[in-house]
Amino acid sequence: MDQVDKQEGLGASAKPVDDPWYEATASGWGEGAETGAPGDAHPDAVPRQRVHGAAEIYLEVQRSPAFQEVRGRYRRFVFPAALAFLLWYLAYVVAATAAPGLMARPVAGVVNVAMVAGLGQFLTTFLLTWAYARHARLRRDRAALELRWDTQEMTRGVVQP
Amino acid sequence: MSGDHQTLALVLFSVFIAVTLGITTWVSRNRHGSAEEFYAGGRLFSPLENGFAIAGDYMSAASFLGISGLIALYGYDGMLYSVGFLVAWLVVLLLVAELVRNCGRFTLADVVAARMAERPVRIAAGTSSVAVSVLYLVAQMVGAGSLVALLLGGTGEAARSWTVVGVGALMVIYVSLGGMRATTWIQIVKAVLLMAGTITLTVLVLLRFHGDVNSLLSSAAERSGRGKDFLAPGLRYGGDWTARLDFISLGIALVLGTAGLPHILSRFYTVPTARAARRSVVWAIGLIGSFYLMTIVLGFGAAALIGPGEVRASNASGNTAVPLLALDLGGGAGSTGGTVLFAVVAAVAFATILAVVAGITLASSASVAHDLYASLRHRHAKQYSEVTVARIAAAVIGAAAIGLGLLARDLNVAFLVGLAFAVAASANLPVLLYSLFWRKFTTRGAVWAVYGGLIPAVLLVLVSPVVSGSPEALFPGVDFHLFPLQNPGVVSIPLGFFAGWIGTVTSTEPPDEARHAETEVRALTGAGAA
Repeated sequence: MDQVDKQEGLGASAKPVDDPWYEATASGWGEGAETGAPGDAHPDAVPRQRVHGAAEIYLEVQRSPAFQEVRGRYRRFVFPAALAFLLWYLAYVVAATAAPGLMARPVAGVVNVAMVAGLGQFLTTFLLTWAYARHARLRRDRAALELRWDTQEMTRGVVQP
Repeated sequence: MSGDHQTLALVLFSVFIAVTLGITTWVSRNRHGSAEEFYAGGRLFSPLENGFAIAGDYMSAASFLGISGLIALYGYDGMLYSVGFLVAWLVVLLLVAELVRNCGRFTLADVVAARMAERPVRIAAGTSSVAVSVLYLVAQMVGAGSLVALLLGGTGEAARSWTVVGVGALMVIYVSLGGMRATTWIQIVKAVLLMAGTITLTVLVLLRFHGDVNSLLSSAAERSGRGKDFLAPGLRYGGDWTARLDFISLGIALVLGTAGLPHILSRFYTVPTARAARRSVVWAIGLIGSFYLMTIVLGFGAAALIGPGEVRASNASGNTAVPLLALDLGGGAGSTGGTVLFAVVAAVAFATILAVVAGITLASSASVAHDLYASLRHRHAKQYSEVTVARIAAAVIGAAAIGLGLLARDLNVAFLVGLAFAVAASANLPVLLYSLFWRKFTTRGAVWAVYGGLIPAVLLVLVSPVVSGSPEALFPGVDFHLFPLQNPGVVSIPLGFFAGWIGTVTSTEPPDEARHAETEVRALTGAGAA
């Protein structure tokens, strides 16, 4: 775990300064040396050829099995989970309006179905947060980090003249 | 209200202002004035710090005063806000936080513009971000106003207006001097204060009922005069089907709106990596979840100990339930305990408002300078630096929010925030999700998604009973309301998604495969992230 953190920290400091992607509006216009280059707020300002090189690299990475695997793991967790909690929340809201009789049914003492359902929403939110963080940490972070280094290595070669 | 707690509250509040101004000066002592520094605080906050700051940005006066007030007045129906405000964070955590951190720089428009023709997309997303921020700011200003009205015993109409003006002026100072770094520290201080205050009050409420939640709930039900109905849905939104649909509309807006709030999105840029963004959201969910659980206790506590009648008498929409509860818990009016607790709560609420206002102002000034001004300025116009423009924008937005805040002062704060969420969910969320997940999304789709959500949402609010045609409306004298619901979400959110889809399938330009690949690879791996 610690190792991943360290690497991430390094990644943050080793920002690719000459990255075509952000050169456009990246550094905030009107400051420093490049101030006033007209049109520097537009992506066309980036020399076409460099974009091309990088674009091919990104397409290549996108098609690679390693990336497909990371994306698959992410989507296979996130899409069903998002659908599930949205439906559960929607069911709760609709039940509160359309079926107040059901929601008012007592469970224990003055606590009724509505109270239990509301607190259930809190509970499921906490559980899903925990499950997602765990899934991302164990199943995605390492592979994503490796892809990040590979991609940055490849684009660095292209970008630097 | 006696003079004692007024004085004490004002002293405590002045201390908070002094401390935060101190922070502002201290963190900006060797500021570079770069955009990176101004909008993102140098991107070096830790997940824990950012988690507290997110919670601080999010737990607004609407939550602290508004939700508890609604629960005190309407019982269970107020709880919907608590649940919706929390569940919304799952959308942020699962679908938005990490990806936005990886492929944006300062604003929502950065993420969308990465794939699209830059200029139209920036103008669209910048406009909607400013619209959402101004609505949200108005809600905070109204909260500040009603708090002062209570503090000064409802006497000073002028005092109330001056407070709103004062809060606005202070936040402009914070934002323009300190940028994101100062704003973040203010959020952290505020989040700690707010959590401490809420925990204290919750413990006191529970102690009053000897830890027996059952007896707390039954006294609340009894005191309300509604019996068991108070603990079940339906008191506020139960009447006809219009009211029920309004409730559903609000529920949808709450859960989908958070992920489109500009000041929340900008917080993810203050940490170094996507992983740190995720961990800060996990912290935030923990803090926010426990906070909202406690507001439920406070709301029912206020109903049980103060009674809805008295709460309503103090402020028609319930915004002052918690300060009144504090007064009672401390030993009642005139007692030392009551005075102190009341003053502390009032000061915390003030700090809350100020901090949230600073966060939103910063985010919207970023939208103005980084998105709108950068796209709209004349090529040969005089060059100002981006940070200068952002500072001017902060002042202008502050002024606009003050004006509207004075107009809207009688509306419930939580309800106003519901409107801001509806606009955020309609205008910002569709374009954001499409950009991140839809391969075929095009520039036209992006522009249509923003305007297709923003325009209906704003228009529907204008022709809703909020603005005219009801006794509580902004303009009660006239009636031009056409749309029956107060919250437009149920109509305008699907419209936003639909417009984005239509715009995309009818556009003649093919989607840019390469830039989509770049967005996707960057979003999921963090390659080349700012």
